[in-house]
Amino acid sequence: MILNASGCLDALTAPGVARSLDAFVTKTVTPLLRAGNPPTRIAETDAGMLNSIGLQNPGIDRFCADALPRLRELGVPLWVSVGGFAAADYAELCARLDGEPGIAALELNVSCPNVASPVDATEEIVRAARAVTAKPLYTKLSPSAPDVAAAAEAAAAAGTDGLSVVNTLRGLALDERTLRPVVASGTGGYSGPALRPVALAAVFACHRATGLPIVGMGGVESGRHALDLIAAGASAVALGTVLFRDPSAPGRIRAELAAEAAARGFADPLAARGVAHEESAAPLPPSTKTPAKTP
Amino acid sequence: MLLRVSRAGLEPGEPGQFFMLSPPGRVLPRPMSLCLALPGELGFLLDPIGPGTRALAALETGDELDVLGPLGNGFRLDVERPLLVGGGIGIAPLPYLAERLGGAPALLGFRSAEHAEAAALLPGAEVVVEPEYVTERLEPGHGVLACGPEPMLRAVAALAPGAQLAWEAPMACGYGACYGCAVEIGGTLRRLCVEGPVLAAADVAAPLAREEAA
Repeated sequence: MILNASGCLDALTAPGVARSLDAFVTKTVTPLLRAGNPPTRIAETDAGMLNSIGLQNPGIDRFCADALPRLRELGVPLWVSVGGFAAADYAELCARLDGEPGIAALELNVSCPNVASPVDATEEIVRAARAVTAKPLYTKLSPSAPDVAAAAEAAAAAGTDGLSVVNTLRGLALDERTLRPVVASGTGGYSGPALRPVALAAVFACHRATGLPIVGMGGVESGRHALDLIAAGASAVALGTVLFRDPSAPGRIRAELAAEAAARGFADPLAARGVAHEESAAPLPPSTKTPAKTP
Repeated sequence: MLLRVSRAGLEPGEPGQFFMLSPPGRVLPRPMSLCLALPGELGFLLDPIGPGTRALAALETGDELDVLGPLGNGFRLDVERPLLVGGGIGIAPLPYLAERLGGAPALLGFRSAEHAEAAALLPGAEVVVEPEYVTERLEPGHGVLACGPEPMLRAVAALAPGAQLAWEAPMACGYGACYGCAVEIGGTLRRLCVEGPVLAAADVAAPLAREEAA
């Protein structure tokens, strides 16, 4: 299953790209309108990019009134990402969306690096959201957590149905000439190829810790990258930065993923889920002490 | 320099629209407005000042690159007494614009005589070099279509409130996905790739993004 990473696609300006996904994840919606951070908002780095958009969105009322009806018409399963600054914000958003038809899942963005972190812990946020909705809940975790597996366990204990792993890392880029930050807010969320091994390690740890469904994401550019995340424990894969350069990435990566899995003897890509945790199929030959013979 | 690519099914679009060109080895594509619609080819004017534009400038004949476009909203062509005003690398969309208008006078400004060599793309254009500015030569009564650095566009907008201005902002995607190119339009931050890049002079009210380290 191929999704987009939240904030990396607008289904209303690019409906064809959204329809090439197995589910579309919205940009994070907050209780009130957010104008977003001032420009400059993005910077390319050697192995990725920084963004500091600042959760620009129209707020839940206008989202429900304007965007949601048009998103439903796309005919793509819809995940809505929600964000806030306290557990009560998430509860308010989830309660509101619980009553809306045509939403397949809710993603709790508890890990945006470009706005102030929620005052409440992940566990409290998930518990508050769980109390008000029966819709599937995915909790999006930060790769910056000192122990991402512990965060995953806390979210699981609080009733999350799945995990989205990972959000961006905090990064900084300086202008070549002025040596001042390129991005106006200073730091930004770091994504792209550099995030790949970080995401893989986080998915690996979260799968081992919880066994929950995981949307794996971070630097995926090819079917092989997607297969790696599945082998580490992901049950779906989301595309982010790659969509900016290649809007046709969902179809291409889906086909590559099928071929990469088949080439390794898996009937289906998801048959490879978690194999990174199994003992190697071909263990190393034994090591033995043996006397040397001199001529 | 002028980068020419085979059309390979790409439409040239309207003048002022742009394409996303993916430099080999870079993470993000770069927005470039179409400079020339040549027979079977599209031409883009490049100033190789950063890693992306340098990688594009280093392409050799036969190398392949990904190109997405045309994107955004171009210039309206139903203009009386059109005058094309360009500054520096911002003259990029003007040759194709001049062609589509069936010829139009142009006023171009450059930082130095060396940079002014690019004016050869618009034969007959009036050229000024710093410390003189295009706004010192701008006469009333024209339908101004302008592209250039932000200070130039602001100065043009002050003199010609009816002008159409082609703006620039750092973009990751060019098709509304990333929200990276937001600029203040009509008092709110909106995506330049969706709303622009050509905007009415009256529409932009606040400072735009700093110059991109392309």
